[in-house]
Amino acid sequence: MIHQYDLVIVGAGLAGLRAAVETSNHAKVAVISKVFPTRSHSGAAQGGIAAALGNEEPDCIEWHIFDTVKGSDYLGDQDAIEMMIKEAPEVIYELEHMGVPFSRTKEGKIAQRQFGGHTKEVVDEKGNKKRVPVLRACYSADRTGHVILHTLYEQCVKNNVKFFSEFFITSLILENNICRGVIAINLKDTSIHIFHAKAVLFATGGYGRAYRVTSNAYANSGDGVAIAFRAGIPLEDMEFVQFHPTGLYPLGILVTEGARGEGGYLLNNNRERFMKNYAPTVMELAPRDMVTRSIQTEINEGRGINGKDYVHLDLTHLGREKLKERLPEITGFAKTYAGIDPAVEPIPILPTAHYSMGGIPTDLYGNVLANEKGKIIQGFFAAGECACISVHGANRLGTNSLLDAVVHGRRAGKTILKFLAEADFSPLPTDSGESDKEYINHLFSGTGTENADVIRKILKSEMTNKCGVFRNETDLKAALETVRTLKERFKNVNLSFKGKVFNTELMEIIETGNLLEFSEVIILGALERKECRGAHWRTDYEKRDDVNWLKHTFAFKTDKGIKLKYKPVTILNYQPQERKY
Amino acid sequence: MKVTLSILRFDPEKDEKPYRKEYTIEAEPTDRILDCLDKVKWEQDGSLSYRRSCSHGICGSDAMMINGKNQLACQVLVKDFKKKYIRIDPLPALPIIKDLIVDMDSFFDKYEIVKPYLINKQQPPQKERFQSPEDRALIDESVNCILCGACSASCPSLWTNENYIGPAALLKAYRFIFDSRDEAANERLDIIDTPDGLWRCHTIFNCVEVCPKEINITWHLSQLKMKCLEREF
Repeated sequence: MIHQYDLVIVGAGLAGLRAAVETSNHAKVAVISKVFPTRSHSGAAQGGIAAALGNEEPDCIEWHIFDTVKGSDYLGDQDAIEMMIKEAPEVIYELEHMGVPFSRTKEGKIAQRQFGGHTKEVVDEKGNKKRVPVLRACYSADRTGHVILHTLYEQCVKNNVKFFSEFFITSLILENNICRGVIAINLKDTSIHIFHAKAVLFATGGYGRAYRVTSNAYANSGDGVAIAFRAGIPLEDMEFVQFHPTGLYPLGILVTEGARGEGGYLLNNNRERFMKNYAPTVMELAPRDMVTRSIQTEINEGRGINGKDYVHLDLTHLGREKLKERLPEITGFAKTYAGIDPAVEPIPILPTAHYSMGGIPTDLYGNVLANEKGKIIQGFFAAGECACISVHGANRLGTNSLLDAVVHGRRAGKTILKFLAEADFSPLPTDSGESDKEYINHLFSGTGTENADVIRKILKSEMTNKCGVFRNETDLKAALETVRTLKERFKNVNLSFKGKVFNTELMEIIETGNLLEFSEVIILGALERKECRGAHWRTDYEKRDDVNWLKHTFAFKTDKGIKLKYKPVTILNYQPQERKY
Repeated sequence: MKVTLSILRFDPEKDEKPYRKEYTIEAEPTDRILDCLDKVKWEQDGSLSYRRSCSHGICGSDAMMINGKNQLACQVLVKDFKKKYIRIDPLPALPIIKDLIVDMDSFFDKYEIVKPYLINKQQPPQKERFQSPEDRALIDESVNCILCGACSASCPSLWTNENYIGPAALLKAYRFIFDSRDEAANERLDIIDTPDGLWRCHTIFNCVEVCPKEINITWHLSQLKMKCLEREF
């Protein structure tokens, strides 16, 4: 079946829906999502969305820009960061006007809380300037992503946006550098659909599911990233995977950084606030990469609770009232999954794979790049976690991800409307969808012997154990070898169920193929990057190396395997400095 | 420990009607029911279909009937059950598409009827619209709804009258009618102030009992009823 739309958006999280809101009154738009839109994982974001509104105390755009640059360990492109931060207040006010139910200050303004790495400049008693935490994260209790996701979906309902829910994309139609649409499977009957479009926007989210311990949803299998890569588009900075410091032990379910923003402590087995040894000025509110390494170091050196691989997040001193008002969701999680009442007992936590800084490279306006030199693919756009602009560089600050998704979803929408004013449908290649059909028929008729679940489990363990918080050459080489072996085994994968109605086994097999595709890129990027920067920490190379490595990785899929190239970082006002907190 | 799941199975391509099938798996007390379903699917029977995504009770994908009660499979653990024989059914009163996957179109159609979006025709200010913490508190619980469908599928009024708009859509109406920034309260009240609307709620409280987000839905509906009565007198 062939559908025709001016714009096809893939993914219905914050970036995809914000783009749909921007464009749907002016063009024929369809949104494809493998889950019902409000099930998208943006809804799991808890703590807040950053903007220097200054509602609770003085704040300014410049401080937010500097914090983001420093947080990125100077790998973020400063033109992109500046543009995003300057737009932040405007997009937050827009969200409020659309109906987002933010928590409020006494005066009725949007309430703001502290978050890691977000600071203000103050002068201490000796007259020295220093930076301390600032109230910058706009929040709605600890359900900020949920309320924004629902509000954007509501706006889409108002605008009569056409959704194709539970459609799963399998490939991009790209020929002669022009994007012409996507191929998707309708999960309800396994039929193949061709979406012919003038423009395609990928807002497909992250890829945390490549890891065993992760805060990510089942759906976060990096489908968009893998599909773009297979279509010949490079991937940027894939080695930078954020591990959130506080995943609920042992599953890795997210416990918001807002818990520390509200005053929570991290304690080791000696009941010591160990962050004083790692980030004495901001303590628990250091950026995520630092807090994560500090926790992992405590665990590795035997100071985990009772020698186990977790530490404590202590909120008991905040009191029951504050937990109920500000952190109700995580209070519930702790009770449900760990059997713990955070008002009286500390929460067991461990680092958990959380966010992908890397992804499909784009320019400042959402155009996908064909190479490291800035050539663009016509009609193909990306925004949100699947994209890399790069505003987060080597480490994203908490609450900058929702901001990224909303700002760039909106901006990509504006770019696309301009593009559509002059664009026409490029013809579909005659064999569109044929290889997808062939692959699915191959699986349905196949006699494979490998179990996708077994392959996936080995991959996830290997990624967590050998390409995680701390990395080294020996582990990375071993992981690379494993992934390559798994890719070979995967060619012989078995689809045991041959039914056509909601064959979720088929979906899981395709997702596993996607995980394998980009995991190799993550490992290879990490193996080659011989330095420590942000979330990429090599124990065999001790420090950041700006002389050789102040550059973005671009990975290309070629006939001879993955080829890595590099692109310089855009530096404007802030020269790299040593990163201390 | 060993856990036996008795799951309602149905594949429209080959089954005339649903049937039960038992699976015994090895599980930890802290495993979620969702983990148990995954074990069945990955280790024993790839044909089992169910929806899931976030796995911690915020996306609303995996509402199903577990031991006779509508719940999220990711929010109940093996240790929550005394007997390790657990019955799993799809949400009741909705057409089964396959196994535990039901057709939720009617649920979402009803959601759309109440105009589920903020309506305010004034030119917005340069910054945010002000809302006092007290006004914000009025919608505190109602904005937590994850549209999982557990409430509507538990409602006897809806079981016996499919035209009833149901608790989830009414809660959404509340969320906007009681939002101090919204101007379309009357428009929405006109929609729900009907025999198949708000007045089909007979305060049975099933919805409150099953809501995985612990929203007191019936209380919210009673506030709407009072609002309707205020309009008339």
